[in-house]
Amino acid sequence: MAEEQQLFKITIDGITIEVPQGTTVLNAARMIGKEVAPPAMCYYSKLEGSGGKCRTCLVEVAAGSTKDPRPMPKLVASCRTVVMDGMIVKNKTSERVIDARNGIVEYLLINHPLDCPICDQAGECHLQDLGYDHGLAGTRYEFKRRTFVREDIGPYVQLHMTRCILCYRCVYVADQLTDHRVHGILDRGDHSDISTYVSKAIDNDFSGNMIDVCPVGALTDRTYRFKNRVWFLKPMDAHRDCDKCCGKVTLWNRGDEVYRVTARKDPWGEVQEIDGKTAWICNTCRFEKKKASDWTIEGPTKIDRHSVISANHYAEKVQPPDPLNKVLFGRKPLLLMDIHEVSKVNTPDIDLSKIPGPATSTTFIDRDEAKDIEQAEAERLLINDHKELP
Amino acid sequence: MSVQFSKEKLDRVNELISRYPEGKQKSALLPVLHLAQQEFGGWLDVSTMDYVASLLKIQSIEVYEVASFYSMYNLKPVGKYVFEVCQTGPCMLNGSDQIISYIKERLNINVGETTADGLFTLKTVECLGACGYAPMMQLGKIYKENLTKEKVDQIIEECTAIAAANN
Amino acid sequence: MTKKLLLDKVHVEGIRNFDVYRREGGYQSVEKALKMQQDDIVEEVKKSGLRGRGGAGFPTGLKWSFLAKPEGLSRYLVCNADESEPGTFKDRYLMELIPHLLIEGMIVSSYALGSTTSYIYIRGEYDWVSDILDKAIDEAKQNGFLGKNILGSGFDCEIYTHRGAGAYICGEETALLESLEGKRGLPRIKPPFPAVKGVWDCPTVVNNVETIAAVVPIINDGGEAYSKIGVGRSTGTKLISACGNINKPGVYEIDMTISVEEFIYSDEYCGGIPNGKRLKACIPGGSSVPILPANLLLKTAKGETRMMNYESLSDGGFATGSMMGSGGFIVLDEDQCVVRHTLTLARFYHHESCGQCSPCREGTGWMEKVFQKIENGKGEMKDIDLLWDIQRRIEGNTICPLGDAAAWPVAAAIRHFRDEFEWHINNREECLIRNYGLAHYADPLEAVVS
Repeated sequence: MAEEQQLFKITIDGITIEVPQGTTVLNAARMIGKEVAPPAMCYYSKLEGSGGKCRTCLVEVAAGSTKDPRPMPKLVASCRTVVMDGMIVKNKTSERVIDARNGIVEYLLINHPLDCPICDQAGECHLQDLGYDHGLAGTRYEFKRRTFVREDIGPYVQLHMTRCILCYRCVYVADQLTDHRVHGILDRGDHSDISTYVSKAIDNDFSGNMIDVCPVGALTDRTYRFKNRVWFLKPMDAHRDCDKCCGKVTLWNRGDEVYRVTARKDPWGEVQEIDGKTAWICNTCRFEKKKASDWTIEGPTKIDRHSVISANHYAEKVQPPDPLNKVLFGRKPLLLMDIHEVSKVNTPDIDLSKIPGPATSTTFIDRDEAKDIEQAEAERLLINDHKELP
Repeated sequence: MSVQFSKEKLDRVNELISRYPEGKQKSALLPVLHLAQQEFGGWLDVSTMDYVASLLKIQSIEVYEVASFYSMYNLKPVGKYVFEVCQTGPCMLNGSDQIISYIKERLNINVGETTADGLFTLKTVECLGACGYAPMMQLGKIYKENLTKEKVDQIIEECTAIAAANN
Repeated sequence: MTKKLLLDKVHVEGIRNFDVYRREGGYQSVEKALKMQQDDIVEEVKKSGLRGRGGAGFPTGLKWSFLAKPEGLSRYLVCNADESEPGTFKDRYLMELIPHLLIEGMIVSSYALGSTTSYIYIRGEYDWVSDILDKAIDEAKQNGFLGKNILGSGFDCEIYTHRGAGAYICGEETALLESLEGKRGLPRIKPPFPAVKGVWDCPTVVNNVETIAAVVPIINDGGEAYSKIGVGRSTGTKLISACGNINKPGVYEIDMTISVEEFIYSDEYCGGIPNGKRLKACIPGGSSVPILPANLLLKTAKGETRMMNYESLSDGGFATGSMMGSGGFIVLDEDQCVVRHTLTLARFYHHESCGQCSPCREGTGWMEKVFQKIENGKGEMKDIDLLWDIQRRIEGNTICPLGDAAAWPVAAAIRHFRDEFEWHINNREECLIRNYGLAHYADPLEAVVS
């Protein structure tokens, strides 16, 4: 018999879940869902060693474990803190956490250019999301912001250091995905700079993944630069046979045109795992296959309904799971009162669930009558229009 | 490769590497960079850093990252004599501000600049651990402590004299 | 007069040389220790009550007992000689004048911990001190105290110096280990702690110079004898480096039973304040610990005489107390400006922030800029609250203690000297040409507390 993996119980914001030993608090929270998951700007579950730096995922540990239920004195980085059995964690329910997180967002933004209107990352930028959730309406910073000159690091990637929040993810990508790293973090403190130092091109087959992991618009796709806005594009899952990578991508189309190609992302904005492997994609797939005919289209990508990318794309929006089932543990809801039993007024002739779209004033009258009403309305409008003419 | 250590210095590099466990030769990076800076003109050129990378069998970027992190490595040419004057708390209490402005006036340069003859560079630095002997500055390998205007004059004269004698 | 355990022989002529040091009783602790069981040495250190002298004051014996001992992995002792805290220069003094004391302590500690290769990570600027240590190591080796089979005990040990290259952050133990590995000095995220996973992923103990030197008298005289010196949990002697506006700046070994007032004014120690000026404020334990105005420095809020030891200096918490820290004792006289002084510290921490985590990277720079604004006569009242807010959100939220170290001096300056900040803001032109002066900072405490 296989040894049973030990499960640890953890309660986050009042919701308890059992997770395998060794799971981090952040990942446990992600297992519960978006409602309790702390934001993460530097942690990237697919990049070993990442995390701990941005401090946005700080949480309060109200009880360390069943064995030692003392609270931890300091807030801890949930991405690097391992779950102990019986741990009680407060994320959104902790005022300390919210206060610290507000502060960290403020720090991240004091030197950020806030050039979202002209930034290619806008709409899928984690800093933007964080700013909405925790940022101030204005800024208390009244000094000159740190700026850098834009730099092309090779034919495909542009480095816009001014926007960088120094999450180090791109450094881990270069370390873990490419055979040798040519860029890194230079200098120190708040003048740290991501660079190749000698303006070398980064010409590795997998260097494009740096764009996907970048939480902000510091590393952008030169082949897509200023071409469009993500919310105008329709993401489609597609694949091709590729000898370098898994070939499973998301195409970002407008009409028939492929504007850009990215790896497929999971709900946390990370590159998806497909068949047990992180589906990083190669530069050929990303930058050179920009024709729809290069790809086998699988269908529209599922996008979170809250995402700006979902705006106007109704086809495949992900509906939230019905919570009723969950809270009632499978029991059928017990209706306190059936409206039709107490009132005969509104007994409908039409099954509302069968009509397309929301019910309107014309839903309950027959087709011919509806037409008459429409016509009368049109004539009324016409007369009004004429009346207004000089 | 435009730079090359002498045989003697290469032996020194190998001795430094041997201080660390097998395969951990990168640990010798800081001391080897010190040696390189001392040997190749007081600063670290890209070719020097690439050379150090090849000696330690690591990527060049690993050397750039480290060299730019630590304040003692100069990534730009400096004068023959670098005055690194401490300006942190305890030195400030004992008049380091006045010493810095005096040096500026004497050498007619600003902080971060080098005199036209390439002899002196003035830098301000943060605490060098000589707080009890403030104000102070580092000049190459040694500390010049309990500075006064007269002492600064004397140091400048000495340096100028040595440089003249060596030319 | 304090019995000196570390600096007793400092002024013996030629003490830097092995022969003189040996003649004066040096290296006896190595002879004694090598005949002891390793665990017994750890036990002696525990008994002594020795606390880390680098600033945190963590019990050394306990730290040693945490060292993991897995099969097949080397263990390392690394001496933290990256002394960079403004106001602190005690380690340099010790290494420069009596280098063999450190080497002796290193050998005993290495044996106790089972480290056959130990390193002294010394700050890069202490170039000549590093040469002095190298020479001492060579001499010890020539005399059979280092190398293979030391004194026929079967214990092998090598000690190497490793020079840093200018980075305060490398005084943080995990940043120090990164730097020792030839990397940027970025503090690691803990756990794992160095005792489990230190340099090159091996179990490692990092100790301050003074801590390791203190192991010598502990082994020579026994842990119990050591623990009887001092008071309460402040056992043994402590090196204090005194600087700022005092008549006799320098390094003093004290036994932690003297009062702060005695330390400042007695001729044995600082010798008072030059030119008959009055004491305004003091940072008693290195730049990162809270600054105290004269009245709170000399007496605790309870009205007791403040003593030079861990407990008394921190009496009252951060509200009315400070910390022993690294023993960097910085004195400000009545003419000094607390705003300007704190500005230099804010600039220092901004300069030294490694940039890895966001609160410290961005917050330290921001604080320095606000300080510059106030100091340059452009301050507004809201800037004081802003400074308070910035430091408050750095403290405790960073990877390593540098964030706290940057926040505390600012917090304490505002807490105790708020009216001096306000004066700067209300007198924008005047503050450029003169200082606020002593004001009420030396007034009797009773008036302040009530």
